[in-house]
Order: sequence, then C-alpha cells, then structure tokens
Amino acid sequence: MVALETQNLTLTYGESLIIDQLNLQIPKGKITVLIGSNGCGKSTLLRSMARLLKPKEGNILLDGQAIATTPTKEIAKRLAILPQSPTAPEGLTVQQLVKQGRYPHQNWLKQWTTEDEAMVNEALESTGMTELKDRAVDSLSGGQRQRAWIAMTLAQGTETILLDEPTTYLDMTHQVEVLDILFELNQTQKRTIIMVLHDLNLACRYADHIVALKDKTVYAQGHPTETITPDTVRAVFSMDAEIIPDPIYGTPMCIPYSRGRIGRKGGTQPHAHHVAISTAVGQFA
Amino acid sequence: MKKQLVIRNESFSFLLERKTLLTTTILAILTFAAFVVSIGTGEMYISPINVIKTLFGAGEKQYELVIETFRLPRILVALLIGAALSVSGSILQGIIRNPLASPDIVGITHGASVAAVGLLTLFPTVSVFWLPPVTLIGAGVVAAIIYLLAWKDGVTPIRLVLIGVGIKEVMAAITSLLVVTSPIYLTPKVQIWITGTVYGSNWENVSVLLPWVILMLILTMMYGRTVNVLQLGDDIAAGVGSPVSRHRLILLFFSVALAGAAIAIGGAISFVGLLGPHIARKLVGPSFGGLLPVSAMVGALIVMLSDLIGRTAFSPLDLPVGIFTSAIGAPFFIYLLFKNRNQ
Repeated sequence: MVALETQNLTLTYGESLIIDQLNLQIPKGKITVLIGSNGCGKSTLLRSMARLLKPKEGNILLDGQAIATTPTKEIAKRLAILPQSPTAPEGLTVQQLVKQGRYPHQNWLKQWTTEDEAMVNEALESTGMTELKDRAVDSLSGGQRQRAWIAMTLAQGTETILLDEPTTYLDMTHQVEVLDILFELNQTQKRTIIMVLHDLNLACRYADHIVALKDKTVYAQGHPTETITPDTVRAVFSMDAEIIPDPIYGTPMCIPYSRGRIGRKGGTQPHAHHVAISTAVGQFA
Repeated sequence: MKKQLVIRNESFSFLLERKTLLTTTILAILTFAAFVVSIGTGEMYISPINVIKTLFGAGEKQYELVIETFRLPRILVALLIGAALSVSGSILQGIIRNPLASPDIVGITHGASVAAVGLLTLFPTVSVFWLPPVTLIGAGVVAAIIYLLAWKDGVTPIRLVLIGVGIKEVMAAITSLLVVTSPIYLTPKVQIWITGTVYGSNWENVSVLLPWVILMLILTMMYGRTVNVLQLGDDIAAGVGSPVSRHRLILLFFSVALAGAAIAIGGAISFVGLLGPHIARKLVGPSFGGLLPVSAMVGALIVMLSDLIGRTAFSPLDLPVGIFTSAIGAPFFIYLLFKNRNQ
C-alpha cells in the first residue's frame, strides 16, 4: 500500500535544480525517514509532498490522487505537515494552538463541534500536554513547545503526517520523547509518518523505511538494516563510518571515523567493540 | 469554574474564553461611559443622566440641539474611526505577522493622504463631498500597488512590509511636494487634514461610515479563524488548508476598506492602528475571535478620548484629534521598536 507517490518529480529552488525526475513511493502505515546531507533537498521534497511547494514538473499522488488538482482543504483532512521551527504569536495558549489543527473541519459558524473538542483533547492527551493546555506556547520549554505543535498536527486528524526535523534544537531526552510519541501514534493508530531527521541513529531506530537522498535523487531506500551500510554513509554523507547494531534494539548504529585520530579498533584490540557497547548501554539504561 | 464557555447547537458552535468575555463586557461598559461623558462635556455641561435621557428621546429641548446636532455625530464618527483603524491594524498585524504593522506604517494611510491632499491642493474648487471617495480610492490604489510590487509566486509578509515602507516614503514625499507647491492659503486646511480631525462631522458622515464599518467588521469576524492560522505562518496555514495568498488578499482588502473609510472621514489620524491592537492583545491574547471586538473598542476609546481632550483641554481652541493620538502613539511606537530590537 502506498500513501504518497512522486512521479517524475522535479523541484527547483529559484534557478537551481533540487530534485530531478524522482519516482518515489512512501509505504502506508509505516514510519518513513528521509535522510541526506545538508542541502540535499530532503526538506524541499517533504514540503512539496505536502503541497507547500509547487513542483517544476511531475506529479505527487496522495492515496493515488494527484494533490495538484485536489482542493487544499480536502488534502488538509488527509495530510498534515509540521514545518521546521514554527513560531506561535505571543500569548497564544496551547489549547488555542492545538485548536487551529481543526481548521479544515470547521466553518465560520461551526468552530467547536463535539468532534473538534474530542480530537483536540485526544491530541493533548497523546502528547502529554493536557496539563499545560492553558499555558502560553511561548512560555514553554523547547520540548513542550514541540509537543504542542505536534498536538496541533494530530488534532487535524489526518492519516498521513509529515514532519520536517521535529527534533531540531531539542536535547537528547526530548528528541527521544518526541519520536516515542510519533512511534506510538504509528503503532496504535496506524498513521503514516514521514519525517526528515538529522540523527542517523535515531532515524534507524524509529524508521520502517529509510530514504537516503543524494545528487537530486534517491541513492538508497528500504529497511534501515538493509539501507544503512558503510557504503551508503560514505556515498550520502561523504564520511567513513562503521555500522554496528544498536546495543538495545539491534538497529544500525553509525560510528563515524574522525580525521587524524588513531582508533582503538582493529585486530590488536578485539575488546574495543565490547567496551564501547557496554558503555553505551550504561548510558541508555 | 471552567476557563471556557462552550456555545453549541445543531448549526453553530464556539468556544469562548471567560476572561475574554469579561474583558469585553468591561470594555463595552467603559466605552459607553466614555461616550456619555464625552457627549456631556463641552461648553455646555450636560449631566450623564440627561445625556442618556436625551439619547433615548426623553430629554429637554435645549440639550437635544447641542447633543443631536453638534456633539453626537462628531463623537459617533470618532468612535467609528477609532474602531475601524484599530481593527484594520489588528488584521494587518495578524496577516503580516509583524507587531509593528499598521495602516500608517505600511503606506496605506499615506496613499490616502496623497489622494486627499492632491484633491485639496490641485482642485481647491471641487466640493469637499468628493474628499471621502477620493481618499478611499487612494488607499485602495496604493494597497494594490504595494501588493503587486510585493508579488512573486505569492506574497510574503516581509516583502509586503518592505515594499510598503518604501511606498510610504514615496507617498510622503509626494504629499510634501503637493503641500509646498500649493497656494499658501490652502496650507492650514491641508495640514489639519494630514493631522486628522473629526471637527465638523455631521450625520451624513455617520450614515456613510456606520454601515460600512459594521459590514467590514462582520466580514472580518467571519474570517477570524483564517487570521488565526495565518498568524502561525504561511506553511502552517497552507498545511491546514487555507489558500494563503487568496486569504491574505481578502483580509488585506478588509483592512484597507476599514482604514480607508476612517481616513476618508477623519483624515490621517495616526498610531491608532498600531496602539489599539497592541493594547487589545495585552488584554485578551492573540486569538482573533476575542481580539477583534476588544481591539475595536480600544480603538474607539482612544479616538473618542483624544477628541474629548482636543476639544475641551485648550478651549476655545478645538485641536485636531490626531495630535493627541500621535502624542500617545509615537512614544509607544519607539517603546515597541526598543522592545523588539533583538528580534
């Protein structure tokens, strides 16, 4: 089952070509993570899939229907997007923010139906924001704020959710917290989640499907264990790295080499791996 | 007690903040009180009781003339102009996402000024009857020019502001040129118009302004939830299904229609469009459904009270209301610039 599909998609930013003739299929009900080096066009691709950016050429299909010819309000009932670092006006409360997610379902006379109320409460609940619903968004910490915005996108009640770097500027605890919320939504409600992430290790941990972008197109895609290899990392990020299994979940973990430093790895120190892993487990536990 | 009140039936449903409701009620009472006091104050003092009696048609003859012929139309015009300017600013600040936006800062007022001053100086013999429509058209034309110049695959808030500020300077220059090159005897008249005054307002002004302002306020209210999502940024607004460019154009039209009408009748009264929305946001927050009525009443209060001071404090001199809105507004604007200097 395909949630989103691009057909010969070409994207430009001003004069420069960002994505060239891309054919991509995003599986339904799964977590898909777009990765790639800075400026590779992953955010641009995500934005175009959410019809925030008009393609130069080609089509984008949402559940088999071309988004270019579907009314924007209809799309908003099926697909939500959380852009990178959004800002709320000063003094806006969490609940007022989350309520805006109901926009496509409302009209000027019906602005708070029982369904609106139920969806907003559910979104607040699943992001753990119920307690903070009367607080001003600008008075919250970075992690809470991001959860408020995620709650807004959830309140939209869409099957597909796109997020552009939802963990940027968050510390490790809050990064994991935000991704856990998204993982839970995917597991319990079978929502399709498509996001751009910078952290390769977290991407591998949470993704069912990884799409690695390079040179204006997809370099590799598939399950993290098949996709994330030293070769992929070298090609996509121009970096030498070891890939080892994540000591907790067994998903691929990328350990980059540094330039000019002598490593402990190698035949002479067979325990190096073991030491590194037990330290890592200690940190996570 | 819950913080919100839900109004819901088959055909409509709203969520109201109790705090906003309370603030709105208090402001409505204050506005009415200021209205009554303002009517009663002047060369002939009339007590609030007598003012209310007269308003309801049960007053004495001597009061009737003063109130109904001289004071009431002027005060109603002040009230409507204040509400219109303030709401116009609220819309602009919402859709441009900039707390410093207002009709007199992005060039709309100055466009209206060029049209009005042009009429006053180049065609001094034309009836003043033409001043309001010409002014309104001037505001509209300049807004359209700003919008078209800012257009590039849609209009972003920042381009709108920058182009607006640029156009404003051009318009200010043209206005100065018109004033300087016009016969000297016209200068005071033009100067008073530029400052903004509700002196000599009549029932005709009220009958033009009242339905227009009410219509625009209702239309704006209907688009309130759209202002709410536009305030969150273009991407969010588009993401939840608002056709952003079209909605921004519609709301810009409401803003220009309100400011243009106010300026057409009262001249270039400045800073109300900046001050009103700011005070309103401090009182009830940025959610537009609550902000709109509060902002309208705050604006009405500012202009009404400024005019009260203008016509009484330096009696027998009747000073233009714009002097006092500027006197409060200009320092406030500097304070805002200072406060936002790091953003």
